[in-house]
Amino acid sequence: MTLLSLEGVTRRYGGLVAVDTVDLDVAEGGVTAVIGPNGAGKTTLFNLVSGFQKPNAGRIVFAGEDITMRLPEQIAASGLVRTFQLVQLFQNLSVLENIQVGCHLHTRGGIFSALMRSRATRETEREVDARARELLDFVGLEGAADSEARALAYGQQRLLEIARALAAKPKLLLLDEPAAGLSADESKRLSAAIRDIARRGTTVLLIEHDMKLVMNTADTIAVMDFGRKIAEGTPAAIRENPAVITAYLVAGHA
Amino acid sequence: MTNSLAIISRDRIRRGLAALPWAVACAMLAYAFIAGGYFVTIMSFAMIYAVFIIGLNVFMGFAGQVSFGHNAFAALSGYTSAILTATYHWEPIAAFAVGLGLALLVALVVGWPTLRLKGHYLAMATLAIGLIVYEIAIQWQSVTQGYMGISGIAPLGIAGYEIVSDGGKLFALLVIVMLSTFAAARLRASRFGRALAAIAGSEDAARALGIEVARYKLAAFLVSAAYAALAGSLFVHVVEFVSPEVFGLHMVILAFTILYVGGIGTIGGPILGAVIVSLLPEVFRGLKDYQDLFYGAGLIFLLIYAPKGLAGLGNLLSRGGNTA
Repeated sequence: MTLLSLEGVTRRYGGLVAVDTVDLDVAEGGVTAVIGPNGAGKTTLFNLVSGFQKPNAGRIVFAGEDITMRLPEQIAASGLVRTFQLVQLFQNLSVLENIQVGCHLHTRGGIFSALMRSRATRETEREVDARARELLDFVGLEGAADSEARALAYGQQRLLEIARALAAKPKLLLLDEPAAGLSADESKRLSAAIRDIARRGTTVLLIEHDMKLVMNTADTIAVMDFGRKIAEGTPAAIRENPAVITAYLVAGHA
Repeated sequence: MTNSLAIISRDRIRRGLAALPWAVACAMLAYAFIAGGYFVTIMSFAMIYAVFIIGLNVFMGFAGQVSFGHNAFAALSGYTSAILTATYHWEPIAAFAVGLGLALLVALVVGWPTLRLKGHYLAMATLAIGLIVYEIAIQWQSVTQGYMGISGIAPLGIAGYEIVSDGGKLFALLVIVMLSTFAAARLRASRFGRALAAIAGSEDAARALGIEVARYKLAAFLVSAAYAALAGSLFVHVVEFVSPEVFGLHMVILAFTILYVGGIGTIGGPILGAVIVSLLPEVFRGLKDYQDLFYGAGLIFLLIYAPKGLAGLGNLLSRGGNTA
Protein backbone atom coordinates (compact mmCIF):
# COMPACT_ATOMS: atom_id res chain seq x y z
CA MET A 1 0.00 0.00 0.00
CA THR A 2 1.20 3.51 -0.77
CA LEU A 3 1.73 5.65 2.33
CA LEU A 4 3.02 8.82 0.70
CA SER A 5 2.49 9.84 -2.85
CA LEU A 6 3.71 12.90 -4.74
CA GLU A 7 1.97 13.80 -7.97
CA GLY A 8 3.68 16.30 -10.28
CA VAL A 9 5.11 18.28 -7.39
CA THR A 10 6.92 21.43 -8.55
CA ARG A 11 8.70 24.21 -6.67
CA ARG A 12 10.24 27.20 -8.44
CA TYR A 13 12.48 29.96 -7.09
CA GLY A 14 12.33 32.71 -9.68
CA GLY A 15 13.69 31.11 -12.83
CA LEU A 16 15.17 28.13 -11.04
CA VAL A 17 13.09 24.99 -10.83
CA ALA A 18 14.30 23.30 -7.63
CA VAL A 19 11.77 20.48 -7.84
CA ASP A 20 10.37 19.73 -11.30
CA THR A 21 7.11 17.73 -11.64
CA VAL A 22 8.25 14.94 -9.38
CA ASP A 23 6.12 11.82 -8.97
CA LEU A 24 7.10 9.57 -6.12
CA ASP A 25 5.36 6.77 -4.25
CA VAL A 26 6.59 5.60 -0.89
CA ALA A 27 5.23 2.19 0.04
CA GLU A 28 4.16 1.47 3.59
CA GLY A 29 6.89 -0.35 5.49
CA GLY A 30 10.59 -0.49 4.77
CA VAL A 31 13.12 2.17 3.93
CA THR A 32 13.02 4.43 0.88
CA ALA A 33 15.95 6.69 0.03
CA VAL A 34 16.20 9.77 -2.17
CA ILE A 35 19.69 10.37 -3.49
CA GLY A 36 21.24 12.78 -5.95
CA PRO A 37 24.13 15.20 -6.38
CA ASN A 38 24.30 18.46 -4.42
CA GLY A 39 21.63 20.89 -5.54
CA ALA A 40 19.45 18.18 -7.05
CA GLY A 41 16.46 19.39 -5.05
CA LYS A 42 16.36 16.72 -2.34
CA THR A 43 16.08 19.04 0.64
CA THR A 44 13.49 21.22 -1.11
CA LEU A 45 11.51 18.04 -1.77
CA PHE A 46 11.66 17.23 1.95
CA ASN A 47 10.56 20.72 2.92
CA LEU A 48 7.59 20.42 0.57
CA VAL A 49 6.55 17.05 1.98
CA SER A 50 6.85 18.23 5.61
CA GLY A 51 4.99 21.50 4.92
CA PHE A 52 7.84 23.93 5.60
CA GLN A 53 7.54 25.07 1.98
CA LYS A 54 4.53 25.01 -0.35
CA PRO A 55 4.69 23.60 -3.89
CA ASN A 56 3.79 25.79 -6.89
CA ALA A 57 2.05 22.84 -8.49
CA GLY A 58 1.20 19.23 -7.77
CA ARG A 59 -0.35 17.27 -4.97
CA ILE A 60 1.02 15.47 -1.92
CA VAL A 61 -1.11 12.70 -0.44
CA PHE A 62 -0.23 11.09 2.88
CA ALA A 63 -2.15 8.14 4.35
CA GLY A 64 -5.05 8.86 2.02
CA GLU A 65 -5.30 12.57 2.86
CA ASP A 66 -4.25 15.55 0.75
CA ILE A 67 -1.64 17.39 2.84
CA THR A 68 -0.37 19.71 0.10
CA MET A 69 -1.40 22.96 1.76
CA ARG A 70 -1.22 21.89 5.41
CA LEU A 71 1.02 23.51 8.00
CA PRO A 72 4.05 21.61 9.35
CA GLU A 73 2.43 21.06 12.76
CA GLN A 74 -0.73 19.67 11.11
CA ILE A 75 1.35 17.33 8.95
CA ALA A 76 3.20 16.16 12.05
CA ALA A 77 -0.14 15.53 13.75
CA SER A 78 -1.23 13.33 10.85
CA GLY A 79 1.82 11.12 11.45
CA LEU A 80 4.62 12.43 9.24
CA VAL A 81 7.59 13.57 11.34
CA ARG A 82 10.93 14.86 10.07
CA THR A 83 14.45 15.53 11.27
CA PHE A 84 16.70 18.31 9.98
CA GLN A 85 19.89 18.31 7.96
CA LEU A 86 21.42 20.75 10.46
CA VAL A 87 20.43 19.12 13.73
CA GLN A 88 17.69 21.14 15.43
CA LEU A 89 17.79 20.05 19.04
CA PHE A 90 16.35 22.04 21.89
CA GLN A 91 19.78 23.05 23.14
CA ASN A 92 18.33 24.62 26.27
CA LEU A 93 16.78 21.34 27.42
CA SER A 94 18.20 18.12 28.81
CA VAL A 95 18.55 15.06 26.59
CA LEU A 96 15.58 13.43 28.30
CA GLU A 97 13.39 16.53 28.02
CA ASN A 98 14.13 16.74 24.29
CA ILE A 99 12.50 13.36 23.83
CA GLN A 100 9.65 14.23 26.19
CA VAL A 101 8.79 17.15 23.90
CA GLY A 102 8.46 14.54 21.16
CA CYS A 103 5.53 13.03 23.09
CA HIS A 104 3.57 16.28 22.69
CA LEU A 105 1.17 14.93 20.06
CA HIS A 106 0.19 11.90 22.11
CA THR A 107 -0.60 13.70 25.34
CA ARG A 108 -3.12 16.34 26.32
CA GLY A 109 -3.16 19.22 28.76
CA GLY A 110 -2.52 22.95 28.87
CA ILE A 111 -2.19 25.65 31.50
CA PHE A 112 -5.03 24.42 33.67
CA SER A 113 -3.85 20.83 33.97
CA ALA A 114 -0.28 22.08 34.56
CA LEU A 115 -1.45 24.14 37.54
CA MET A 116 -3.80 21.48 38.96
CA ARG A 117 -1.43 18.58 38.34
CA SER A 118 -4.13 16.01 39.00
CA ARG A 119 -3.53 12.32 39.47
CA ALA A 120 -4.26 11.74 35.76
CA THR A 121 -1.74 14.41 34.76
CA ARG A 122 0.93 12.91 37.00
CA GLU A 123 0.20 9.49 35.53
CA THR A 124 0.66 10.87 31.99
CA GLU A 125 3.93 12.51 33.03
CA ARG A 126 5.17 9.15 34.31
CA GLU A 127 4.27 7.51 31.00
CA VAL A 128 6.04 10.28 29.06
CA ASP A 129 9.12 9.83 31.22
CA ALA A 130 9.10 6.04 30.75
CA ARG A 131 8.63 6.32 26.98
CA ALA A 132 11.46 8.87 26.74
CA ARG A 133 13.82 6.61 28.67
CA GLU A 134 12.86 3.65 26.49
CA LEU A 135 13.79 5.63 23.37
CA LEU A 136 17.05 6.77 24.97
CA ASP A 137 17.86 3.11 25.47
CA PHE A 138 16.98 2.39 21.86
CA VAL A 139 19.53 4.92 20.53
CA GLY A 140 22.07 4.05 23.22
CA LEU A 141 22.03 7.39 25.03
CA GLU A 142 20.62 6.14 28.35
CA GLY A 143 23.72 7.35 30.18
CA ALA A 144 23.22 10.93 29.01
CA ALA A 145 19.60 11.45 30.09
CA ASP A 146 20.30 14.45 32.30
CA SER A 147 23.06 16.03 30.22
CA GLU A 148 22.30 19.15 28.29
CA ALA A 149 21.58 18.41 24.64
CA ARG A 150 24.36 20.79 23.57
CA ALA A 151 26.91 18.76 25.54
CA LEU A 152 26.47 15.71 23.28
CA ALA A 153 28.91 14.81 20.51
CA TYR A 154 27.62 15.48 17.01
CA GLY A 155 26.80 11.87 16.21
CA GLN A 156 24.89 11.54 19.47
CA GLN A 157 22.94 14.70 18.69
CA ARG A 158 21.79 13.09 15.43
CA LEU A 159 20.67 9.98 17.30
CA LEU A 160 18.86 12.12 19.86
CA GLU A 161 17.00 13.93 17.12
CA ILE A 162 15.88 10.61 15.66
CA ALA A 163 14.76 9.37 19.10
CA ARG A 164 12.82 12.61 19.60
CA ALA A 165 11.06 12.15 16.26
CA LEU A 166 10.20 8.54 17.17
CA ALA A 167 8.59 9.76 20.41
CA ALA A 168 5.92 11.32 18.20
CA LYS A 169 5.08 7.78 16.99
CA PRO A 170 5.18 8.67 13.30
CA LYS A 171 3.75 6.52 10.53
CA LEU A 172 6.44 7.95 8.28
CA LEU A 173 9.81 9.18 9.51
CA LEU A 174 11.69 11.62 7.26
CA LEU A 175 15.44 11.69 7.85
CA ASP A 176 17.34 14.54 6.18
CA GLU A 177 20.94 13.41 5.66
CA PRO A 178 21.18 11.58 8.98
CA ALA A 179 24.75 10.40 8.32
CA ALA A 180 26.17 13.86 7.55
CA GLY A 181 29.17 14.45 9.79
CA LEU A 182 29.22 10.93 11.19
CA SER A 183 32.29 8.69 11.29
CA ALA A 184 32.24 5.44 9.29
CA ASP A 185 31.62 3.54 12.50
CA GLU A 186 28.77 5.81 13.62
CA SER A 187 27.25 5.66 10.17
CA LYS A 188 27.24 1.86 10.32
CA ARG A 189 25.42 1.92 13.66
CA LEU A 190 22.98 4.48 12.25
CA SER A 191 22.23 2.13 9.37
CA ALA A 192 21.41 -0.65 11.84
CA ALA A 193 19.19 1.70 13.84
CA ILE A 194 17.27 2.72 10.69
CA ARG A 195 16.71 -0.92 9.74
CA ASP A 196 15.52 -1.52 13.29
CA ILE A 197 13.06 1.37 13.11
CA ALA A 198 11.64 -0.01 9.87
CA ARG A 199 11.42 -3.51 11.32
CA ARG A 200 9.35 -2.15 14.22
CA GLY A 201 6.81 -0.83 11.74
CA THR A 202 7.73 2.79 11.06
CA THR A 203 8.20 3.57 7.39
CA VAL A 204 11.40 5.55 6.75
CA LEU A 205 12.12 8.00 3.95
CA LEU A 206 15.65 9.33 3.92
CA ILE A 207 17.78 11.73 1.94
CA GLU A 208 21.41 10.78 1.97
CA HIS A 209 24.78 11.49 0.41
CA ASP A 210 26.50 8.51 1.96
CA MET A 211 26.11 5.92 -0.82
CA LYS A 212 27.30 3.07 1.31
CA LEU A 213 24.67 3.80 3.94
CA VAL A 214 21.95 4.08 1.32
CA MET A 215 22.92 0.87 -0.49
CA ASN A 216 23.00 -1.05 2.77
CA THR A 217 19.87 0.44 4.29
CA ALA A 218 17.28 1.25 1.63
CA ASP A 219 14.80 -1.14 0.04
CA THR A 220 13.95 1.35 -2.71
CA ILE A 221 15.98 4.25 -4.05
CA ALA A 222 14.82 7.28 -6.04
CA VAL A 223 17.47 9.36 -7.78
CA MET A 224 17.13 13.08 -8.38
CA ASP A 225 19.12 15.34 -10.65
CA PHE A 226 18.39 19.01 -11.54
CA GLY A 227 15.06 18.84 -9.75
CA ARG A 228 13.82 15.81 -11.67
CA LYS A 229 13.48 12.21 -10.66
CA ILE A 230 15.71 10.34 -13.09
CA ALA A 231 15.49 6.82 -11.74
CA GLU A 232 13.80 4.61 -9.18
CA GLY A 233 14.38 1.03 -8.13
CA THR A 234 16.17 -1.42 -5.86
CA PRO A 235 19.78 -0.66 -4.82
CA ALA A 236 21.05 -3.28 -7.27
CA ALA A 237 19.09 -1.78 -10.17
CA ILE A 238 20.17 1.77 -9.31
CA ARG A 239 23.81 0.76 -9.25
CA GLU A 240 23.55 -0.43 -12.86
CA ASN A 241 21.38 2.43 -14.15
CA PRO A 242 23.21 4.39 -16.89
CA ALA A 243 21.31 7.64 -16.21
CA VAL A 244 22.35 7.54 -12.57
CA ILE A 245 25.97 6.85 -13.39
CA THR A 246 26.02 9.76 -15.82
CA ALA A 247 24.42 12.14 -13.34
CA TYR A 248 26.95 11.31 -10.68
CA LEU A 249 29.93 11.42 -13.04
CA VAL A 250 28.88 14.77 -14.56
CA ALA A 251 28.34 16.24 -11.10
CA GLY A 252 31.80 15.01 -10.16
CA HIS A 253 30.69 12.46 -7.60
CA ALA A 254 32.18 9.04 -7.14
CA MET B 1 43.40 11.47 47.81
CA THR B 2 44.25 15.12 47.33
CA ASN B 3 42.30 14.94 44.14
CA SER B 4 39.11 13.71 45.79
CA LEU B 5 39.58 16.33 48.51
CA ALA B 6 39.80 18.96 45.82
CA ILE B 7 36.57 17.68 44.29
CA ILE B 8 34.80 17.75 47.66
CA SER B 9 35.86 21.29 48.42
CA ARG B 10 34.99 22.34 44.89
CA ASP B 11 31.55 20.84 45.36
CA ARG B 12 31.21 22.69 48.66
CA ILE B 13 32.15 25.99 47.10
CA ARG B 14 29.64 25.35 44.36
CA ARG B 15 26.85 24.66 46.83
CA GLY B 16 27.93 27.64 48.88
CA LEU B 17 27.80 29.90 45.84
CA ALA B 18 24.36 28.56 44.90
CA ALA B 19 23.07 29.21 48.42
CA LEU B 20 24.67 32.64 48.83
CA PRO B 21 22.10 34.78 46.98
CA TRP B 22 19.27 32.90 48.75
CA ALA B 23 20.86 33.53 52.11
CA VAL B 24 21.22 37.23 51.32
CA ALA B 25 17.63 37.48 50.07
CA CYS B 26 16.19 35.68 53.11
CA ALA B 27 18.31 37.76 55.47
CA MET B 28 17.16 41.00 53.84
CA LEU B 29 13.50 40.00 54.04
CA ALA B 30 13.88 38.93 57.68
CA TYR B 31 15.69 42.17 58.45
CA ALA B 32 12.85 44.14 56.85
CA PHE B 33 10.34 42.62 59.29
CA ILE B 34 12.60 43.46 62.25
CA ALA B 35 13.81 46.89 61.19
CA GLY B 36 10.57 48.12 59.64
CA GLY B 37 10.34 51.62 58.19
CA TYR B 38 11.94 52.51 54.88
CA PHE B 39 13.43 49.07 54.42
CA VAL B 40 9.99 47.41 54.49
CA THR B 41 8.93 49.67 51.63
CA ILE B 42 11.98 48.71 49.57
CA MET B 43 11.30 45.01 50.11
CA SER B 44 7.57 45.44 49.40
CA PHE B 45 8.40 47.04 46.05
CA ALA B 46 10.86 44.20 45.42
CA MET B 47 8.08 41.65 46.00
CA ILE B 48 5.72 43.48 43.63
CA TYR B 49 8.44 43.53 40.99
CA ALA B 50 9.05 39.84 41.65
CA VAL B 51 5.41 39.04 40.72
CA PHE B 52 5.75 41.12 37.55
CA ILE B 53 8.98 39.39 36.58
CA ILE B 54 7.88 35.84 37.41
CA GLY B 55 5.29 36.45 34.68
CA LEU B 56 7.69 38.14 32.28
CA ASN B 57 9.99 35.14 32.77
CA VAL B 58 7.26 32.78 31.50
CA PHE B 59 7.19 34.70 28.23
CA MET B 60 10.85 35.67 27.91
CA GLY B 61 12.64 32.95 29.87
CA PHE B 62 10.50 29.87 29.20
CA ALA B 63 9.25 30.69 25.69
CA GLY B 64 12.27 32.76 24.61
CA GLN B 65 10.25 35.74 23.33
CA VAL B 66 10.80 39.45 23.91
CA SER B 67 8.41 42.07 25.25
CA PHE B 68 9.18 45.71 26.02
CA GLY B 69 5.60 46.51 26.93
CA HIS B 70 4.42 44.45 29.86
CA ASN B 71 4.26 47.67 31.88
CA ALA B 72 1.11 48.37 29.84
CA PHE B 73 -0.70 45.43 31.43
CA ALA B 74 0.42 46.49 34.89
CA ALA B 75 -0.82 50.03 34.14
CA LEU B 76 -4.18 48.85 32.76
CA SER B 77 -4.95 46.73 35.79
CA GLY B 78 -3.37 49.17 38.27
CA TYR B 79 -5.38 52.11 36.99
CA THR B 80 -8.55 50.02 36.85
CA SER B 81 -8.05 49.04 40.49
CA ALA B 82 -7.28 52.64 41.43
CA ILE B 83 -10.28 54.17 39.66
CA LEU B 84 -12.81 51.56 40.72
CA THR B 85 -11.78 51.57 44.40
CA ALA B 86 -11.01 55.29 44.83
CA THR B 87 -13.75 56.82 42.70
CA TYR B 88 -16.42 54.13 42.79
CA HIS B 89 -15.59 52.45 46.14
CA TRP B 90 -15.43 48.93 44.74
CA GLU B 91 -13.98 45.98 46.62
CA PRO B 92 -10.26 45.61 45.67
CA ILE B 93 -10.73 42.01 44.54
CA ALA B 94 -13.66 42.87 42.27
CA ALA B 95 -11.74 45.83 40.85
CA PHE B 96 -8.77 43.55 40.18
CA ALA B 97 -11.00 41.07 38.35
CA VAL B 98 -12.04 43.84 35.96
CA GLY B 99 -8.45 45.08 35.60
CA LEU B 100 -7.21 41.57 34.88
CA GLY B 101 -9.93 41.08 32.27
CA LEU B 102 -9.03 44.35 30.60
CA ALA B 103 -5.30 43.53 30.57
CA LEU B 104 -5.97 40.09 29.09
CA LEU B 105 -8.26 41.55 26.45
CA VAL B 106 -5.62 44.06 25.35
CA ALA B 107 -2.95 41.34 25.42
CA LEU B 108 -5.15 39.20 23.18
CA VAL B 109 -5.75 42.05 20.71
CA VAL B 110 -2.02 42.88 20.52
CA GLY B 111 -0.77 39.30 20.66
CA TRP B 112 -3.14 37.60 18.24
CA PRO B 113 -1.85 39.24 15.03
CA THR B 114 1.77 39.82 16.05
CA LEU B 115 2.63 36.46 17.59
CA ARG B 116 1.98 34.79 14.22
CA LEU B 117 4.95 36.66 12.79
CA LYS B 118 8.50 35.55 13.32
CA GLY B 119 11.15 37.89 14.62
CA HIS B 120 10.82 41.23 16.32
CA TYR B 121 7.31 42.30 15.33
CA LEU B 122 5.91 41.42 18.70
CA ALA B 123 8.71 43.20 20.57
CA MET B 124 7.99 46.37 18.57
CA ALA B 125 4.23 46.03 19.05
CA THR B 126 4.69 45.63 22.81
CA LEU B 127 6.92 48.70 22.95
CA ALA B 128 4.15 50.63 21.20
CA ILE B 129 1.41 49.41 23.53
CA GLY B 130 3.53 50.39 26.55
CA LEU B 131 3.92 53.93 25.22
CA ILE B 132 0.25 54.21 24.21
CA VAL B 133 -1.04 53.19 27.65
CA TYR B 134 1.42 55.62 29.27
CA GLU B 135 0.14 58.46 27.07
CA ILE B 136 -3.48 57.60 27.83
CA ALA B 137 -2.73 57.68 31.56
CA ILE B 138 -1.36 61.22 31.12
CA GLN B 139 -3.90 62.64 28.67
CA TRP B 140 -7.23 61.17 29.85
CA GLN B 141 -7.33 63.57 32.77
CA SER B 142 -11.05 63.31 33.54
CA VAL B 143 -10.51 59.69 34.56
CA THR B 144 -6.82 59.33 35.41
CA GLN B 145 -6.15 62.86 36.68
CA GLY B 146 -3.07 62.99 34.45
CA TYR B 147 0.29 63.71 36.08
CA MET B 148 -1.48 64.48 39.37
CA GLY B 149 -2.27 60.82 39.78
CA ILE B 150 -5.00 59.17 41.84
CA SER B 151 -4.85 59.04 45.61
CA GLY B 152 -7.25 57.61 48.18
CA ILE B 153 -7.01 54.10 46.77
CA ALA B 154 -8.25 51.36 49.10
CA PRO B 155 -5.47 49.58 50.99
CA LEU B 156 -4.61 45.95 50.29
CA GLY B 157 -7.47 43.86 51.57
CA ILE B 158 -10.08 41.23 50.88
CA ALA B 159 -13.73 40.89 51.94
CA GLY B 160 -13.64 43.81 54.34
CA TYR B 161 -10.32 42.90 55.99
CA GLU B 162 -7.69 45.52 55.30
CA ILE B 163 -3.99 45.15 55.86
CA VAL B 164 -2.76 48.45 57.22
CA SER B 165 0.63 47.73 58.82
CA ASP B 166 3.68 47.81 56.57
CA GLY B 167 4.89 44.49 57.96
CA GLY B 168 1.51 42.92 57.25
CA LYS B 169 1.59 44.17 53.67
CA LEU B 170 5.06 42.77 53.15
CA PHE B 171 3.96 39.44 54.57
CA ALA B 172 0.94 39.31 52.28
CA LEU B 173 3.14 40.17 49.29
CA LEU B 174 5.63 37.49 50.28
CA VAL B 175 2.85 34.89 50.31
CA ILE B 176 1.66 36.06 46.88
CA VAL B 177 5.22 35.82 45.52
CA MET B 178 5.53 32.26 46.86
CA LEU B 179 2.24 31.24 45.22
CA SER B 180 3.24 32.94 41.97
CA THR B 181 6.57 31.10 41.95
CA PHE B 182 4.85 27.81 42.70
CA ALA B 183 2.45 28.33 39.80
CA ALA B 184 5.31 29.22 37.43
CA ALA B 185 7.28 26.15 38.52
CA ARG B 186 4.28 23.92 37.84
CA LEU B 187 3.80 25.51 34.43
CA ARG B 188 7.43 24.90 33.55
CA ALA B 189 7.38 21.24 34.64
CA SER B 190 4.46 20.30 32.40
CA ARG B 191 3.57 19.53 28.82
CA PHE B 192 2.74 23.22 28.43
CA GLY B 193 6.12 24.32 29.82
CA ARG B 194 8.02 21.85 27.68
CA ALA B 195 6.25 23.15 24.59
CA LEU B 196 7.29 26.71 25.49
CA ALA B 197 10.88 25.62 26.08
CA ALA B 198 10.84 23.80 22.74
CA ILE B 199 9.73 26.99 20.99
CA ALA B 200 12.57 28.85 22.70
CA GLY B 201 15.00 26.19 21.45
CA SER B 202 13.90 25.85 17.83
CA GLU B 203 10.57 26.92 16.36
CA ASP B 204 11.03 24.71 13.29
CA ALA B 205 11.76 21.62 15.36
CA ALA B 206 8.79 22.40 17.63
CA ARG B 207 6.48 22.63 14.61
CA ALA B 208 7.92 19.41 13.19
CA LEU B 209 6.80 17.69 16.41
CA GLY B 210 3.28 19.05 16.10
CA ILE B 211 3.47 22.02 18.50
CA GLU B 212 1.21 24.88 17.42
CA VAL B 213 3.81 27.58 17.92
CA ALA B 214 1.60 30.66 17.52
CA ARG B 215 -0.98 29.32 19.95
CA TYR B 216 1.56 28.53 22.64
CA LYS B 217 3.28 31.88 22.28
CA LEU B 218 -0.09 33.59 22.70
CA ALA B 219 -0.86 31.50 25.79
CA ALA B 220 2.52 32.41 27.34
CA PHE B 221 1.89 36.06 26.49
CA LEU B 222 -1.50 35.97 28.24
CA VAL B 223 -0.08 34.21 31.31
CA SER B 224 2.65 36.82 31.64
CA ALA B 225 0.14 39.63 31.09
CA ALA B 226 -1.96 38.20 33.95
CA TYR B 227 1.06 38.31 36.28
CA ALA B 228 1.79 41.88 35.17
CA ALA B 229 -1.83 42.84 35.89
CA LEU B 230 -1.60 41.34 39.36
CA ALA B 231 1.61 43.27 40.04
CA GLY B 232 0.01 46.52 38.83
CA SER B 233 -3.02 46.15 41.09
CA LEU B 234 -0.88 45.12 44.07
CA PHE B 235 1.24 48.24 43.60
CA VAL B 236 -1.66 50.70 43.72
CA HIS B 237 -3.17 49.03 46.81
CA VAL B 238 0.14 48.92 48.67
CA VAL B 239 1.12 52.53 47.89
CA GLU B 240 -2.50 53.76 47.81
CA PHE B 241 -1.49 56.14 45.05
CA VAL B 242 -0.85 55.88 41.32
CA SER B 243 0.54 58.17 38.63
CA PRO B 244 1.66 57.53 35.04
CA GLU B 245 5.35 57.51 36.04
CA VAL B 246 4.82 54.40 38.16
CA PHE B 247 4.32 52.25 35.05
CA GLY B 248 6.66 54.16 32.73
CA LEU B 249 9.48 52.87 30.55
CA HIS B 250 11.84 52.78 33.54
CA MET B 251 9.71 49.89 34.82
CA VAL B 252 10.64 47.91 31.71
CA ILE B 253 14.34 48.69 32.13
CA LEU B 254 14.31 47.72 35.79
CA ALA B 255 12.36 44.54 34.98
CA PHE B 256 14.93 43.52 32.37
CA THR B 257 17.76 44.19 34.80
CA ILE B 258 16.12 42.06 37.48
CA LEU B 259 15.29 39.29 35.03
CA TYR B 260 18.88 38.98 33.78
CA VAL B 261 20.57 39.54 37.14
CA GLY B 262 18.30 37.01 38.83
CA GLY B 263 18.63 34.46 36.04
CA ILE B 264 16.37 34.38 32.99
CA GLY B 265 14.53 31.11 32.50
CA THR B 266 15.13 29.92 36.07
CA ILE B 267 12.43 29.47 38.68
CA GLY B 268 14.11 31.32 41.57
CA GLY B 269 15.75 34.05 39.48
CA PRO B 270 12.92 36.61 39.60
CA ILE B 271 12.80 36.62 43.43
CA LEU B 272 16.57 36.74 43.85
CA GLY B 273 16.91 39.42 41.21
CA ALA B 274 14.12 41.55 42.63
CA VAL B 275 15.50 41.53 46.18
CA ILE B 276 19.13 42.04 45.28
CA VAL B 277 18.67 44.61 42.51
CA SER B 278 16.42 46.60 44.86
CA LEU B 279 19.27 46.71 47.37
CA LEU B 280 21.90 47.89 44.90
CA PRO B 281 21.01 51.60 44.93
CA GLU B 282 21.29 51.49 48.73
CA VAL B 283 24.64 49.72 48.57
CA PHE B 284 26.09 52.03 45.94
CA ARG B 285 24.69 55.21 47.46
CA GLY B 286 27.89 55.67 49.46
CA LEU B 287 29.86 55.92 46.23
CA LYS B 288 28.03 59.16 45.40
CA ASP B 289 28.95 60.34 41.88
CA TYR B 290 30.35 56.95 40.95
CA GLN B 291 27.27 54.91 41.83
CA ASP B 292 25.95 54.57 38.27
CA LEU B 293 29.41 53.57 37.10
CA PHE B 294 29.70 50.80 39.68
CA TYR B 295 26.11 49.72 39.09
CA GLY B 296 26.74 49.39 35.35
CA ALA B 297 30.09 47.68 35.76
CA GLY B 298 28.57 45.21 38.22
CA LEU B 299 25.82 44.31 35.76
CA ILE B 300 28.24 43.77 32.89
CA PHE B 301 30.49 41.64 35.08
CA LEU B 302 27.56 39.47 36.15
CA LEU B 303 26.22 39.01 32.63
CA ILE B 304 29.61 37.92 31.32
CA TYR B 305 30.58 35.57 34.13
CA ALA B 306 27.17 34.31 35.22
CA PRO B 307 24.83 34.38 32.21
CA LYS B 308 22.27 32.42 34.22
CA GLY B 309 22.34 35.16 36.84
CA LEU B 310 22.26 34.79 40.59
CA ALA B 311 20.13 31.64 40.38
CA GLY B 312 22.92 30.00 38.38
CA LEU B 313 25.87 30.98 40.57
CA GLY B 314 26.32 27.35 41.60
CA ASN B 315 27.25 26.41 38.04
CA LEU B 316 29.98 29.01 37.91
CA LEU B 317 32.65 26.46 38.74
CA SER B 318 31.41 23.59 36.61
CA ARG B 319 33.53 22.41 33.76
CA GLY B 320 33.06 24.05 30.40
CA GLY B 321 31.64 27.27 31.77
CA ASN B 322 28.18 28.40 32.78
CA THR B 323 25.88 26.77 30.33
CA ALA B 324 23.45 25.32 32.85
